[in-house]
Amino acid sequence: MFRRRRTASLIPNYILLGGLAIFSVIPIVLLVLNSLKTTVEIQENPFGLPTAARLSNYVDAWVQGQFSTTLSNTLFLTSGTIFLVVVVGGLAAFALARFRFSGASALSFYLLVGTSVPALLFIVPLYFMWAQLDLINSLPGLIIVYAALYSPFATYLLRSFLVSIPMDFEEAARIDGANDLQVLTRVILPLAWPGFLTVVLVVGLGVWNEFLFANTFLQDPALKPISTSLLAFQTRYQRDWGLTSAASVMMILPVLLLFLSLQRQFIEGLARGGLKG
Amino acid sequence: MAVTPVSGLRRPAQPRRRRFPWRPWLFLAPLLLLNLVVIVTPSLLSLRYAFTDWTGIGAAQYVGLANFQEMFGDRVFYRAIGNNVRWTLLFLTAPVLMGLLGAYLLSTIRRGQMLFRTLYFIPYVIASVVNAYIWKLILNPVFGIGPWLAERGIPWLDIRFFGRSDTSLYAVAFVDNWHFWGFLVVLYLAAMHAVDAELYEAARIEGANPWHEFWHVTLPGIRPTLVFTLLMIMIWSFLVFDYIYLLTNGGPAQSSEVLGTLTYSTAFYSLRVGYATAIALTMTFFSALFISMFVVLRRLGWEV
Repeated sequence: MFRRRRTASLIPNYILLGGLAIFSVIPIVLLVLNSLKTTVEIQENPFGLPTAARLSNYVDAWVQGQFSTTLSNTLFLTSGTIFLVVVVGGLAAFALARFRFSGASALSFYLLVGTSVPALLFIVPLYFMWAQLDLINSLPGLIIVYAALYSPFATYLLRSFLVSIPMDFEEAARIDGANDLQVLTRVILPLAWPGFLTVVLVVGLGVWNEFLFANTFLQDPALKPISTSLLAFQTRYQRDWGLTSAASVMMILPVLLLFLSLQRQFIEGLARGGLKG
Repeated sequence: MAVTPVSGLRRPAQPRRRRFPWRPWLFLAPLLLLNLVVIVTPSLLSLRYAFTDWTGIGAAQYVGLANFQEMFGDRVFYRAIGNNVRWTLLFLTAPVLMGLLGAYLLSTIRRGQMLFRTLYFIPYVIASVVNAYIWKLILNPVFGIGPWLAERGIPWLDIRFFGRSDTSLYAVAFVDNWHFWGFLVVLYLAAMHAVDAELYEAARIEGANPWHEFWHVTLPGIRPTLVFTLLMIMIWSFLVFDYIYLLTNGGPAQSSEVLGTLTYSTAFYSLRVGYATAIALTMTFFSALFISMFVVLRRLGWEV
């Protein structure tokens, strides 16, 4: 809906929109500014520009926060989960989009209900189950949990992409003698890649930011991802606001860069992923 | 393998015939297995634990309804439910109104629409751990916005927002809303774009002012999205956990306790797993209630 109004009458609208934008963004700008100050400077001047850019905060935060360890833990969790979710969700979506079978609608309903089960209902028994299976303090153990949490979303999203791919392509491949798996990897995947990209981004963002399960299932400091190690860092260095701000900026910088370059896919994917987060 | 569509084979898109009825289940098996192990089994286990005094270690003793009797006599439990209800009411209003306002204003402009939308959405992609920290700094009682304004002659915001039992819940809700409302802008704006432009023409011919337009054309036009978000907010408000855990952990004096934080601390700090699962079941009951509302509304023919 586009309406034709004279530009002059839109000035109040722009002022209001600008006010809302300031409300959203200023806190993040403040974080970045404060990451360049000493703690004393923050306490004297929390809302102004730094007198000199103190980049050593970043070096100190990197070393004291053991970012080389936590970053690789996070990357392992993120890539492992993405891989598992794409495979599991892709296979399931293929079945739902391409086969007609009894139980399909019941299954869709089950997935809807299954994703609405509150994490706090199953996290407690799951923790003790995982403890018995020796999967506490284990990155693969947490990846399995994340994969179970995200694959229903991936299934739904990928299914809608697969349904929109014409059957003709698939029929042609089958006439050439392709089996199910070949159809999936050589025909469907190349055509449905925007769907897979969306899944990768949404799942990657979710795992990167996740802290409830990570905080509960990983207590060994050597295994902590960025999110929960930042939480521990905040507690340990809670008087050092400059250092903690620098550590926080390092955690969000990759997310912001990726979001700004691929915002359409991010926004579309998150809008379809419901209200989680 | 080169694949080209063969024109002679053009047929209406039709799912594949059932040659091997078990074949779809082969593709579905990994998903179902994961779901069964991680979500279904532990959820069913909580149905059992809720009737025991299990501590997480050793044997569980069956205690009948004792956990539920204790829960319904526990003042903290009622405070938590009350806070979940407050949370629901706060989030059914503040972010929805801000989201509608933002989306409506964006729909009236063309230049800069994408830019503003992006800016509003940024807090939504930032980790809760960082967002909580940002606001701990801004609202710091010693050098934050309150004392800063007080030095400049505006004393009425000099409050320990997270440290007072009458403001803690609202302070946390403010932070969570700051991160959340931009998400609603995106949903509502997408819905507004889908409203038929001719309806606006018709309204204008009849002499409608912008407010009439919004009330009689925009709002009815986005009703499915609006109802959907309201229902999701209700479900999600009874499950809220992260921002409260990060900012106040339910305190001070359990003034910002909700069912989520109460479950977590009962299970992992007090190690009363049986009692914690009883509280978690109550949470689930509320979310099941709202999900059934959703299903009923759909059956009644609402396009939710």
